[in-house]
Amino acid sequence: MPRTVKIFEYLQHLDRRIIFLMLAIVVIIPMIKTFEMPVTVTPEVKKAYDEIEKLPEGTPIFMALDYDPGTAAEMAPLAEAVIKHAYSKNLKIVSSCLTAVGVSMIESTMKTMSSDFGKVYGKDYVFLGYKPYPAIVIMNMGESFRDPFPNDYYHNNLDDIPLMKGIKNFDNLGLVCVITSTSGIDMWLVYGQGKYRFPMISGLSAVMATDYYPFLYSGQLKGLIAGLKGASEYEKLIGKPAWATKGMVVQSFAHVLIVFFILICNICYFVTGKKERRL
Amino acid sequence: MKQIFHLTLPLLITFLLSLFFAFQFFVPHESIRDTYTYLLQCTMIIGCFAMLLGIYSLVRVHFIRIKRRAQNYKYSYMTITALTLTIIVGLFGSIEKGPALEGHMYYFIYNTVLIPIQATMFSLLAFFIASAAYRAFRARSLVATVLLLTAVFVMIGRVPIGGQIHEFLPAFAHWLLNVPNLAAKRAIMIGIGLGASATALKVALGIERSHFGG
Repeated sequence: MPRTVKIFEYLQHLDRRIIFLMLAIVVIIPMIKTFEMPVTVTPEVKKAYDEIEKLPEGTPIFMALDYDPGTAAEMAPLAEAVIKHAYSKNLKIVSSCLTAVGVSMIESTMKTMSSDFGKVYGKDYVFLGYKPYPAIVIMNMGESFRDPFPNDYYHNNLDDIPLMKGIKNFDNLGLVCVITSTSGIDMWLVYGQGKYRFPMISGLSAVMATDYYPFLYSGQLKGLIAGLKGASEYEKLIGKPAWATKGMVVQSFAHVLIVFFILICNICYFVTGKKERRL
Repeated sequence: MKQIFHLTLPLLITFLLSLFFAFQFFVPHESIRDTYTYLLQCTMIIGCFAMLLGIYSLVRVHFIRIKRRAQNYKYSYMTITALTLTIIVGLFGSIEKGPALEGHMYYFIYNTVLIPIQATMFSLLAFFIASAAYRAFRARSLVATVLLLTAVFVMIGRVPIGGQIHEFLPAFAHWLLNVPNLAAKRAIMIGIGLGASATALKVALGIERSHFGG
């Protein structure tokens, strides 16, 4: 067997630990060293931004922050970008987390972000917390927030919270923004938006976003922010580059490496005469 | 009598409730809305009992695994210990009036065990995807080549470096998502919608009875 073919054979069955190591290097370097890459804003993210931008100051919006620690690396920058935009426009935020393992994390995010903007609990924002069975909770909220959430996360009666005084259900909100990495988005679309017809934008993890483009064009979603890429676009729109913008550089390098791997693997596959081996 | 309680009555309840839930969608009268809200609250309460059933089922499965010394039964000890500890910590002292108290054991478990475990699991995916892409994405056939090229264009076009390479790449990735992807997704969704409606109708009319068990 010629030596070159042997090399291609070796490359075709490269030890996975070498692949892991190369990916780790490619991920770590852009985190340490600063690289800059221009972010292009896509129409679906611009639409989401415009929906918040057009709301008058002081309008209450609902933010469903339904993600857990596993997807926080992707979803937290997205949520933070939208919260920053809402607070910079002096919008009021009513939020919940319908994912059981994300509640404490979301509560902490809301508290930190609100404190950074000098927002007061009960006046500028409210956190309703978690209730099981998202579909039922959403349907109940469509009738009245007080049905599934008679009290907020801190056990305050909703009627005693100044921000909630004029808010009965989704009809009293300017916008519903669902940021989720779970199938909960289906419930928000079917049992929430489908029935109660509120304006809705969504931030989804990149892997699931492709499934929801039809809702964007049917008008059920007014805007769609997909994954870390969407978050970086949003950060660009609000003029506050943060983790998502930095993360896009890392993601760019990682994607290029994966494409490089695919290319090498296919070259080897053809050079070695398409010999098949068990993976 | 057994037939009435085990079959006829559940079928009748299912039929009547299906009729009501379909009806309420089109009738926004206050009495209908109140009944609807009441039924939703009942569902939430019934659902909470399902959680107890879930815990019982989980514990039972793992006890059986331990008893039979099934493969990897040692992990069952971990599951039961973690479940018991978290419940005890949550019930006694860490959760008061709803929220978990900051600085308490429950927060400690959440921040130092659950968050790192979940983050690690998800982060590892990137490495496995890279390895899997290297081994599996091969142009073995025309269909595999189309899939491979689509993946490459979307991967490069959806990151800023794609635009740096050529402005065509992000535009093409956007087109792939908005035209072929959208068409396929719409077709799938319409199919699912029709299938779900047919199944719902079968359940409502008592033709589909597999949810009764047996």
